[in-house]
Amino acid sequence: MNQAQHGAPSQTTADAVTVTGVDKTFDTRSGQVHALQGINLTVKAGEFVSLIGPSGCGKSTLMRIIADLDQPTAGSVAVFGKSAGQARLDQDYGIAFQQAGLLPWRTVAANVGLPLELHGVGSAARAARVAELLSMVGLTEFADRYPDQLSGGMQQRVAIARSLAESPSLLLMDEPFGALDEMTRERMQTELVRICAETQAAVVFVTHSIPEAVYLSDRVVVMSARPGRIQEIVPMRLDGERTESLREDTRYFEMITAVREALHGGNPGGGIATGGLATGSVAASAPVRGAETR
Amino acid sequence: MTTGAETEGLRPGPEAGPPGLDTAAGGLLDQRSGVENPAGRGNPAGRGNPAGRVARNERIETKARQTPRGARELQVWAYGALGLAAIVIVWELYKLLAPADGVVIGGLRVLPRTTDLAMPHIWDMLARLFEPVTRAEGAAPLWAAVGAGALVTLGIAAVGWLVGLVVGVGLALVMLRWRLAEWGLLPWIILSQTVPLIAFAPIVRSWGSKIQIGGFEWADWMSVALIASYLAFFPIAIGALRGLQSPDVIHTELMRSYGIGWWRTLVKLRVPASVPYLLPALRLGAANAVIGAVVAEVSTGLQGGLGRILIQYAGQASGDPAKAWGPIFGAIVLGLVVAGSIALLGVFLKNYRRVEVNA
Ligand SMILES: Nc1ncnc2c1ncn2[C@@H]1O[C@H](COP(=O)(O)OP(=O)(O)OP(=O)(O)O)[C@@H](O)[C@H]1O
Ligand SMILES: [Mg+2]
Repeated sequence: MNQAQHGAPSQTTADAVTVTGVDKTFDTRSGQVHALQGINLTVKAGEFVSLIGPSGCGKSTLMRIIADLDQPTAGSVAVFGKSAGQARLDQDYGIAFQQAGLLPWRTVAANVGLPLELHGVGSAARAARVAELLSMVGLTEFADRYPDQLSGGMQQRVAIARSLAESPSLLLMDEPFGALDEMTRERMQTELVRICAETQAAVVFVTHSIPEAVYLSDRVVVMSARPGRIQEIVPMRLDGERTESLREDTRYFEMITAVREALHGGNPGGGIATGGLATGSVAASAPVRGAETR
Repeated sequence: MTTGAETEGLRPGPEAGPPGLDTAAGGLLDQRSGVENPAGRGNPAGRGNPAGRVARNERIETKARQTPRGARELQVWAYGALGLAAIVIVWELYKLLAPADGVVIGGLRVLPRTTDLAMPHIWDMLARLFEPVTRAEGAAPLWAAVGAGALVTLGIAAVGWLVGLVVGVGLALVMLRWRLAEWGLLPWIILSQTVPLIAFAPIVRSWGSKIQIGGFEWADWMSVALIASYLAFFPIAIGALRGLQSPDVIHTELMRSYGIGWWRTLVKLRVPASVPYLLPALRLGAANAVIGAVVAEVSTGLQGGLGRILIQYAGQASGDPAKAWGPIFGAIVLGLVVAGSIALLGVFLKNYRRVEVNA
């Protein structure tokens, strides 16, 4: 298995994502919300980059702008050297959201094959690719089931298989494991590492979990809120295999500490909130939310 | 992480209707039809399974969810039969026990007479169905006459329902495509139902009789079908609009990420997603079409249909009380046939109703 892209991303291909000076403000009834300010970020081909930060700091917004589901107020986004819109039309990326978002009237296989079907892949080629993807996420026996017959974790795996269907060179994932329990989550992380190694895809990964970000990423982008800014980009020096044993490695804990400190540094007034976040607690996002409405 | 869901909620979904109108139409529809809102849609917490259920449990889960469904359908039928039996028993018991002149309090008859003229025995009504319509030689049995009338009415109601379907879905598509159209049209669609067109049936008929375009001549039955379609299109338009607007933002954004246009999103996402909303709307539309057709037949005096027979036999009730019940049974059977057809449609579309199961 090729794990090279974690250590040294190939320099020959165009950068997967280039975000230059992106600002985003939302006009709401209660005034303007400054969601993003002066975001500059480059994701190299094959690189795994995580976005982490307090709730409401604009991680999803940034990801949606890269996916051309939202437009930046200022600045520009290039995906593989093209505009975000062109990259979307060219199917350069695959996307997975926090919820699986499967179509309930389609079987697991038909859900995975949906993007292929929409883009005119013949039924034989489609069936072969779907079978391949389902075995990749370990759901071969469930091909003919319907989404309501699957557990949340299985649904999420179907969604991930769907996002991989067209072998995109860029994967955009917004808290894809947010709804999973810790055990399933760790297994899915391991699977994701393996899949990325196989497909050589660049990944932009939004998460609330520091250990998850550290385990998966080449670089962790730490963001701060109001306005959403990039606080610090922490490179992970964990070159080598992402294996289960890494979770007990001292370097792993050093990196977790580094990211945690970057998070703390970025939010002077909100020590409690970020402190809570650093431990991976969901409840900790409540005070941040509260502050937002004030 | 519920905060993610909250953020989603903050975003005004592209398909959220004008706030006041949408609820007004929804409320109206809910009251009139009980078009059920398939619960759990748009509610991330309610959809799917609680996180963290392990795969091992799945087989049991699947079975546990399917059994109550079959049992539920059986239950519905059992309840139906039970209700029917209860009506028969109450009818006959009342006839047996109550005084022949009914119950009169202070000169007001609060309960009806129980004479054979006012309340024939159920078995007399049923037996009458198999006797000839009139005493004339070679007259057909009553059930055949009623059946023929019911078929005519069914045909007219079906035409009305189809026209209502086309118009209703057409309006829903226009409102879906252009927000402005929704603002402009929806109030009129709701207001349209306050005009009791059915009461103006004779006028509609006389308008129709003036229409003549080339070789096409307006027939009287078309006026009846028009009134039926007028009653049918409303629930269909509202149900279709709600159904077509029902996909979650996550689904519409997924389609956008696939770079497909409005029409393909309609075909691949919105139409299948509308089925759970559309089926009850179609059922209600069909019931409305039947009621509209029967009443319009009565008020326009159209020959051949159930409405006319109903009036005619009621006029003969003093001499032949059981006969008047023939067309009433006919109307009940007609209603059941129509409801059954829609239920059958629902069986064919059962995979598109999975949200309901999930809820
Ligand atoms: N469509 C919108 N209209 C108005 N405000 C919005 C909209 N979308 C996002 N926002 C605001 O922009 C800010 C950033 O939102 P975003 O969803 O990107 O946060 P996030 O970092 O993904 O948070 P979380 O970790 O809770 O998912 C928030 O303050 C949010 O309220
Ligand atoms: Mg988010």
